Amino acid sequence: MKKLLSILPLLAVVIGVHLLTSATDTMYYLTQMTMSAYYSLLIIGLCVLMGYAGQISLGHAGFFAIGGYLSAALTTRSLIPYQGTTLVSLLDSAGLLLSGHDLYGEALLVVTPWAACIIAVLTAACIAVVIGIPVLKLKGHYLAMATLGFGIIIYRLALAMEYFGEADGISEVPAFVLLPGVSVSGNFSDRVQNYYIAWVLLLIGMVLLLNLIDSRVGRALRGIHGSDEAADAMGVNTARFKLQTFVLSAVFAAIAGVFLTHYNGGIGPSEAGVMKSVRYVAIVAVGGMAHLWGALLMGIVLNFLSLRGIFGSYDDAVFGLILIVIMLFAPNGILSINVRHRLRQLLGRGKQDRAGEV
Amino acid sequence: MAFLEIKQLHKRFGGLHAVKDVSFQVEPGQIKAVIGPNGAGKTTLFNMISGTFPATSGSVTFQGRELLGKKPFQVATLGMARTYQNIKMFSGMTALENVMVGRHVQSNAGFLASMFRMPRTWKEERDIRDKSMELLGLLEIEEHAHIDAASLAFGQQRAVELARALAMEPTLLLLDEPAAGLNIYETAEVGRLITKIRDLGITVLLVEHDMSLVMDISDEIVVLCFGEKIAEDVPTAIQQDPEVIKIYLGEE
Repeated sequence: MKKLLSILPLLAVVIGVHLLTSATDTMYYLTQMTMSAYYSLLIIGLCVLMGYAGQISLGHAGFFAIGGYLSAALTTRSLIPYQGTTLVSLLDSAGLLLSGHDLYGEALLVVTPWAACIIAVLTAACIAVVIGIPVLKLKGHYLAMATLGFGIIIYRLALAMEYFGEADGISEVPAFVLLPGVSVSGNFSDRVQNYYIAWVLLLIGMVLLLNLIDSRVGRALRGIHGSDEAADAMGVNTARFKLQTFVLSAVFAAIAGVFLTHYNGGIGPSEAGVMKSVRYVAIVAVGGMAHLWGALLMGIVLNFLSLRGIFGSYDDAVFGLILIVIMLFAPNGILSINVRHRLRQLLGRGKQDRAGEV
Repeated sequence: MAFLEIKQLHKRFGGLHAVKDVSFQVEPGQIKAVIGPNGAGKTTLFNMISGTFPATSGSVTFQGRELLGKKPFQVATLGMARTYQNIKMFSGMTALENVMVGRHVQSNAGFLASMFRMPRTWKEERDIRDKSMELLGLLEIEEHAHIDAASLAFGQQRAVELARALAMEPTLLLLDEPAAGLNIYETAEVGRLITKIRDLGITVLLVEHDMSLVMDISDEIVVLCFGEKIAEDVPTAIQQDPEVIKIYLGEE
């Protein structure tokens, strides 16, 4: 209940932003706010993995891409050539297929967005299990390298496979009708609706993760982070908890991928790129690693600025720089910097009192 | 059948025999100490019992169950808790939260139940908190409950570590040098706490350097030297044992 209450001010801000943009005739900001919310969904999931369970992943853009690409491919690639195979007839009889026409009037038979979403997210979860069992035995740099390798594989697969559109990616992804009248799409007329869909999804994700870290499971995860060995001796099945957290964060990434792909109407290989994974890690670090609110705030702010093109063609360089600066000057995240204490230091009145601490 | 029975336990690291065919038993309700000079194999022995690493040969049975081959978290669920020589606090968590992790084996909310705050987790959470607070009280550190455990004084961290182990409701508690790094007052304090724990009906097996503590509180003592058991007796007899005196004080 307390978690729900802590979300309320944020909900007010979300509504406030909508009203403000509407009053100042700057509703186009809502588009980037929507996209930032989806990226932040991935980032808060990664924050639990990195900051609370203490396991790094430099491959989360891979899970985002698995979600996005699979739902894009399943809802656009026609199954007509495979009609008559058992799988297609099974899907058809289960009511999971849609027929229609493409841009050129040719007949199409595709998977419904709901079914595609579920398949995409479950696939990401399964891949996370398969990858996670061996790589989570690694620690530190080795885990970083292994997950980086996974990210590179997904990126190259997206680039290499015709089914996934190679360098062009997949476009013409249809709207994802969540409920009658509520759909995830880039249609101009659905902009406000989509802004709220993205933010409600993010807020739900946030409440679930806040609940998680303040629970038996969350304490066990933070214990693993504090001392793997002691947590083990307390009866925590550390391998299983790390794996479950890895899968959970992969599911958050995949859901973000599915929704953003329907919102954008397509997905390209850059979404699977290694620089994207580095960016997500940088944002979690800026937010303070073990700080869900920090990750959420930085996820929104930095993605919004990036999407608005503030960093121009130096976009990736900026995130690299942010990572270096944060590691050097604020390893506990930007919110941990105590301005008063820092000012005192700068003014040469470095009085050592405990009031300077957080 | 003994409560804890260690039979012909052996550990070889390459050419080094760290523990050589050690056997002894621990009876329920005892405080049993393992002593010996540095490198005698005491911590190695502990690590084999708690499953931290495998033994080369031998067996360890706890309440009739073989422990060798089990992982530490499995040993923990059987009712064995342990502490470490260099206290392993969960940093970034309060003293209370540290103890609450100890309730892990006594509770069972999983990922989904925790994320969705299922009603069945409500009572469990409350019990975890109440029981943990009660244990901090038992170890007389409840006023530090909401302080980051890693920032507490060393002696207080020992107490939090003990509370954390007790939260598991173990039947056997393994203490690895509980007086390490403590001054004489704190050592006496820890000794008093260990006796208090035994009086709760928990069997205690401890490894210790500090002679005064061991002689004060132990019911029985095993002496290890270069991996071998050279004596096992009550404290007064160990104090008189010429072999033990030779090891500790050197030959005449």
